[in-house]
Amino acid sequence: MADPLLIFDALLGVALIALAIAVLVVRDRFAMIVLFIIFGLMTALAWVRLSAPDVALAEAAIGTGLAGALMLKTLHHIRAAPAAPVPVSVGVVFANMGFCAMVFVGLAIAFMATSLEAPGLAPQVAQNIDASGVAHPVTAVLLNFRAYDTLMEVVVLLAAIIAVWMIERGIEQAPARHLGEIYRGFARLALPAIVVIGTYLLWVGAYAPGGAFQGGAALAAVGLLLLLSGLYRPQPAHRPIARLGFVLGIAVFASVALLVASGGRLPFEYPPAHAKTLILLIEGVVTISIAVTLAALFHGREPEAIPVSETRA
Amino acid sequence: MILDILALTLIALGAAFFVAGTIGLLRFPDTLCRLHALTKADGLGMGLTCLGVTLLAGSAGEIARILLIWFFVAASSAICGHLIARHVRRATDTEER
Amino acid sequence: MSSGMIFGLTGLAIFTIGLFGALVMVEPLRRVLALKLCSVGGGFMLVVAAWRAPPEVADPVPHALVITGIVVMISATAVALALIRRLHTLEHDSDD
Repeated sequence: MADPLLIFDALLGVALIALAIAVLVVRDRFAMIVLFIIFGLMTALAWVRLSAPDVALAEAAIGTGLAGALMLKTLHHIRAAPAAPVPVSVGVVFANMGFCAMVFVGLAIAFMATSLEAPGLAPQVAQNIDASGVAHPVTAVLLNFRAYDTLMEVVVLLAAIIAVWMIERGIEQAPARHLGEIYRGFARLALPAIVVIGTYLLWVGAYAPGGAFQGGAALAAVGLLLLLSGLYRPQPAHRPIARLGFVLGIAVFASVALLVASGGRLPFEYPPAHAKTLILLIEGVVTISIAVTLAALFHGREPEAIPVSETRA
Repeated sequence: MILDILALTLIALGAAFFVAGTIGLLRFPDTLCRLHALTKADGLGMGLTCLGVTLLAGSAGEIARILLIWFFVAASSAICGHLIARHVRRATDTEER
Repeated sequence: MSSGMIFGLTGLAIFTIGLFGALVMVEPLRRVLALKLCSVGGGFMLVVAAWRAPPEVADPVPHALVITGIVVMISATAVALALIRRLHTLEHDSDD
């Protein structure tokens, strides 16, 4: 009866739930973050099983890799704080447990009652894919049919980096630790390869899983390697370039939309003859913006003029 | 058919090495021993799995990509091992001082 | 039973665990992680909605939505972590 892959799915599901619980109950905060990273990689596996390779790539690169790096950096910064603050009272825990159980039961009933294999929007996408300029449906949705969402998503990234720069203004950061010559050599070896991989992911997005976000995340990894190995140190003089990088994607994306609109069409209704060129242009600049913004989010603080005493590593 | 069986054997062998590495990770007493178990056994497991998958691959492009993946996973796991060992050595040095 | 059903229920469970963690946990870093669990659980529900039994192709629209969600979540996480670092610095300075 049972398909062996279904057994695999069930085991994976149980492992995911166990990891999620472990993330919340483990005492050591470093272990907590490592467990979360493992959890993220396992979800990527689950997404492959749900035939969503694009989501798996994005989850592994952005939701797990970059988020994990950010968390570990924050933990390094706040490691002096006591790990276990005042515990909540048992009554509160049980009350919340009851509420959450109710939420779970309610959602589970709603989920069971819904038919899983409803037609959805796949037929419409398949009908219009020829006019979209790309052959991969997810890219077509992201960059053509729902391009407005994607524009807003890049705006959210811009808002995040502005907020982070404002919040961290004037904070002294623990100086980045030098990871040694071997790591630096590895960075020199891996950098060109990751640039190629990022560009490949961007390019392949036109007809296979991949695209601007996955490519941007791979290129952001270049930024992380540069920062961690000390091959690049952000200077105050580089701020204008960084700012240009942050807004480049939005600027080009929005001007393409306005240009299309000025030709008597709707803002994101690219003329089919030029759709491929326009999408590639937008994807290219958006990838650069995503990469720069994600790397800057990892670095955190805006590079300000720092006193000489702090610049030594 | 013979190719399939060979590939499956290699992948199963690779999985066995991963299991051995994980047992080492759980059972060995200190960080350096655990690292030893992980980097050695997982490196071999990874290589065998990649070899098995290469036999099943359809085109030269796929084989090239699998080999690239193998190379970068091997390189980065070696670097990770190095960084962890370095950290451990520094931490124990400061404790003894 | 199908893959969609299994992972749908898994997603629901992860969402609930994350919700519980976000409500009960005191440590800020752990709370951020709990919220991330919630977002992964929510993503599961959307991708399961897109899932079709293998020979048929999956619905790409929810996939695009989840990718958008992942990027929005990393933005929110980065801001939350910056706030945590700032809070820690402020508390640490007032101790001295």
